[in-house]
Amino acid sequence: MPKLTIDGVEVDAPDGATVLQACQLAGKEVPHFCFHERLSVAGNCRMCLVEMERAPKPIASCAMPAGEGMVITTDSDTVRQARRGVMEFLLINHPLDCPICDQGGECDLQDQAVAYGGDRTRYEENKRAVTDKSMGPLVNTVMTRCIHCTRCVRFTTEIAGVSEIGMLGRGEHAEISSYLERSLTSELSANIIDLCPVGALTSKPYAFAARPWELKKAESVDVLDAVGASIRVDARGASVLRVVPRLHENVNEEWISDKTRFACDGLRRQRLDQPYVRRGEKLEPATWDEAFGAIGERIAASDGKRIAAIAGDLCDGESMLALKDLMGKLGSPHLDCRQDGAKVDANVRASYLLNSSIAGLETADAVLLIGTDPRREAPLVNLRLRRAWLEGGAEIGVVGPARDLNYPVTALGAGTDTLTALKDGKIAFLETLKNAERPALILGMGALARSDGAAILAVAREIADLTGMISADWNGFNVLHTAAARVGGLDLGIVPGAGGKDVPSILDAATNGEMDIVYLLGADEIDMSRFGDAFVVYQGHHGDAGAHRADVILPGAAYTEKHGTYVNTEGRVQLGRPAVPPVGEAKEDWKILRALSDVLGHKLPYDTLGDVRSAMVAANPVFDEIDIVSKAEWAPFGTAGALGEAAFELPIDDFYLTDPISRASVTMAACSRELSGGTEKGTGTNG
Amino acid sequence: MLRDEDRIFLNLYGFDSWQLDGARKRGIWRNTKELLALGREKIIDEMKESGLRGRGGAGFPTGLKWSFMPKEIGEAPHYLVVNADESEPGTCKDREILRNDPHILLEGCVVAGFAMGAHTAYIYVRGEFFREAERLNAAIAEAYEAGLLGPDACGSGWGFDIHVHRGAGAYICGEETALLESLEGKKGQPRLKPPFPAGVGLYGCPTTVNNVESIAVGPTILRRGAAWFAGLGREGNVGTKIFSISGHVENPCNVEEEMGIPLRELIETHAGGVRGGWDNLLAIIPGGSSVPLLPKSICDDVLMDFDSLKEVHSGLGTAAVIVMDKSTDIVAAIARLSHFYMHESCGQCTPCREGTGWMYRVLNRMVTGDADIAEIDMLHAVTKQIEGHTICALGDAAAWPIQGLIRHFRAEIEDRIIAAKTTANTAPALPDAAQ
Repeated sequence: MPKLTIDGVEVDAPDGATVLQACQLAGKEVPHFCFHERLSVAGNCRMCLVEMERAPKPIASCAMPAGEGMVITTDSDTVRQARRGVMEFLLINHPLDCPICDQGGECDLQDQAVAYGGDRTRYEENKRAVTDKSMGPLVNTVMTRCIHCTRCVRFTTEIAGVSEIGMLGRGEHAEISSYLERSLTSELSANIIDLCPVGALTSKPYAFAARPWELKKAESVDVLDAVGASIRVDARGASVLRVVPRLHENVNEEWISDKTRFACDGLRRQRLDQPYVRRGEKLEPATWDEAFGAIGERIAASDGKRIAAIAGDLCDGESMLALKDLMGKLGSPHLDCRQDGAKVDANVRASYLLNSSIAGLETADAVLLIGTDPRREAPLVNLRLRRAWLEGGAEIGVVGPARDLNYPVTALGAGTDTLTALKDGKIAFLETLKNAERPALILGMGALARSDGAAILAVAREIADLTGMISADWNGFNVLHTAAARVGGLDLGIVPGAGGKDVPSILDAATNGEMDIVYLLGADEIDMSRFGDAFVVYQGHHGDAGAHRADVILPGAAYTEKHGTYVNTEGRVQLGRPAVPPVGEAKEDWKILRALSDVLGHKLPYDTLGDVRSAMVAANPVFDEIDIVSKAEWAPFGTAGALGEAAFELPIDDFYLTDPISRASVTMAACSRELSGGTEKGTGTNG
Repeated sequence: MLRDEDRIFLNLYGFDSWQLDGARKRGIWRNTKELLALGREKIIDEMKESGLRGRGGAGFPTGLKWSFMPKEIGEAPHYLVVNADESEPGTCKDREILRNDPHILLEGCVVAGFAMGAHTAYIYVRGEFFREAERLNAAIAEAYEAGLLGPDACGSGWGFDIHVHRGAGAYICGEETALLESLEGKKGQPRLKPPFPAGVGLYGCPTTVNNVESIAVGPTILRRGAAWFAGLGREGNVGTKIFSISGHVENPCNVEEEMGIPLRELIETHAGGVRGGWDNLLAIIPGGSSVPLLPKSICDDVLMDFDSLKEVHSGLGTAAVIVMDKSTDIVAAIARLSHFYMHESCGQCTPCREGTGWMYRVLNRMVTGDADIAEIDMLHAVTKQIEGHTICALGDAAAWPIQGLIRHFRAEIEDRIIAAKTTANTAPALPDAAQ
């Protein structure tokens, strides 16, 4: 712990800290552009110059390691003069186009120019103009504004793991460029928009949409994958204009995936804004009463044993609990939240969680990926794995299709036979896991969402026990979910009751005419052609697969429109908050179920959000611990059985189109065209 | 004036053979094994005592620099890197060493490498020095053949290899850390210091980067003793130095001379004097393009060494003496240098990237007087805003010539501005179209 004196104040800086961080600890603000605590030090903007005793010239505080006994001055005339000088240099070639720049109002350069900029220019020469670069459908470039801090270069190479941006040329002609003028092939590419301290890289879909001070901001969580990234939803009036990351060290740090950020335009399209009832072949607009009436009629004519319900991937805990309670009252045991048929065991919490925790994965030194592609299923988990490899030298083996994950992996084999061979010690990677201090495995839906999933779960558990993955302070057994609702659903027991059917059985029964009514709560990822003659109720927010098959549609609220409780893949309970009201006549989902229950004569016992949440806590105490990951007990699970022969198939082919919201998004469609196989050529003028 | 027996570079002009036989005749490689037998510490102590200051421009004591290398060789190998990326305008001394006496450099590498615990030396040769690199490679082949390099260099038991790497012509790659980046195959941009190369250098290993001349003089100093070298020149500025004299002299040349020789004597003795006589002198840049120029009044009696030139706000730099007589457009000359620095700025850090172009453009207008008197002070302020605020010394190098110009030739710039304004004001009005 070096002790420094900063402007006469003594501070103890942590080991490895820089002078800049020490200054911040001392409460001294040091202006900077290129420095970013999660990226390597570039030291090139020269804005953070401070004076150090005995140094002949000012030092770049971001690049100077804090040393014992350093005496630093941050507010002398020399320092101020140096900063004013640097600011002047940054501004001479920076266009004064703030009025038409999207960064205006949230621009580092603008803010710091207020403190260190002159009120007029001394620069009489022509300003430099730089050709804009094509960076795909997400990132808009105005390269004349670039101040060459290289944050974007460092982010893409270090964090995202793609070397697709760099600085070309030198001197005045130095330009940041995506060498080939193509979209970045990274699921995290748009984070460079946040990193850019000026308006050189801005959001293309959000271009000229709003000024930051016009926006109403709601702090929420993302539901488009199972990571549950902390986000801030910025809305104006009734529309969500953008989604940006919030800081959460244990989940997403300060990054979010491109889907999380840009699928929000899907919230304005294909929306279900009023109830519909099928009359003849056609779905016709109806009132809530008519819709409820139609459902009530069918339910009255049926028996609980012939009613089933499926909860989808984006559901909040509140609505799932209401659904479960309603099904219970109707006497139906046929309830499931595992649309993809994943054979996870709801009885043992440790069997379906990412037990290492997302941040903990960084410390793993050997990782076995089974039937999962973390890069597309959870980019924010993937970056932790990349860091484990980059900084800890972790060895990573893959069973199943081996895709490019932005770090080197050992492809071990395609399917269950590899898994068995590995367990039996016939593959050397088992030794790697055994010899590792913190070995881990990640079991994906590609391995679990198949008929022999339960047996695979058992084998995975065996491997975990065999290689010492479970110890007092480490649990390396991880399940990586793809659905935001999944862990919450399992925690609430949204699985078949006694004698109940799971999703594949419900579909079989419906096909065979053994189901009268199927209630789909936002469930769109199932084969809709298999419902036979069953009466399908769809409650959800988008006119996707479920709504097309439905006989009655109840318009629900999307995640940006309701209070919701979600549990991410590591078992962290998080709260989503509404940024805008539901569209049209749509309502918050638990309220719809509560209202329906009244019509059906089985009134659910809660009237307020607080009541529902109390009921959730009663159902499972984890819901009382918001934003806390408590260790799940290691207990026996998995059913040994015969393994099928088929190779693992990964659940996500197209990262950009995975759910009703992203499928409705124009931006995601453009990304899909460009990045998931499309070959559209960027020319630099096509934006 | 340097006595012939005190010369270190005996084949500076290529009158003798550059090859091994010629080098041996000149005493190179004579007792290298015995020099190494002195041991690492003794060699470094001897170099420290000799008072040799780096010949690449900054004048940092060479022995001290070598002593920064870790005493014990840890897991990481040590490297010696020789900076032969001689690109400073006006400087052409290393070129002559590579061309005419490559073996003196190679022997220096073995001695210096041994002293710092390095088994490998890289010589980074300026890209344009194509023939020089050829000769250097040929000399290295000869040395390997003769057992002077290789697993048992000079029979000392110390394994030593030398690799030649040709640059691609960027001035910035002469900056030691940019050179290391370039050597590693990356874009030549200076690194942040600390860490210094002696701790984290080439491929992250302890590295010392030295100028060709600094390395080449090593063996001779050890042979003749530190006292001999320290006895030349004056206190703190000892030994011999190759001066490159160019510009408006009768006989531009490279010459090895004693440090501290009066500038006028240097020029008149070796370069045949200033074209048109000493009184025709306008100014001299004494140490390569990056140091401030000196007007004739200072040149009259200034001594050519680090400290004397520092006293007159200039520097010895690489000892490249650029002589300009009264026919020179001094503002245009410095503007040209300014253009060079704008062109060679790597663009990494703000003050240099943005400032070099600004300075050049303002100065370029001043050549014709198309400026304002107040802009002279502004230009000076801009040079001060760059100086000392950049990652490497290129920012300083770009600022200093302009500071020198303003310091000594402010009147000249003002005259031009006034003249230009006067001409503009008295120019006949355009004829009225109606008439």
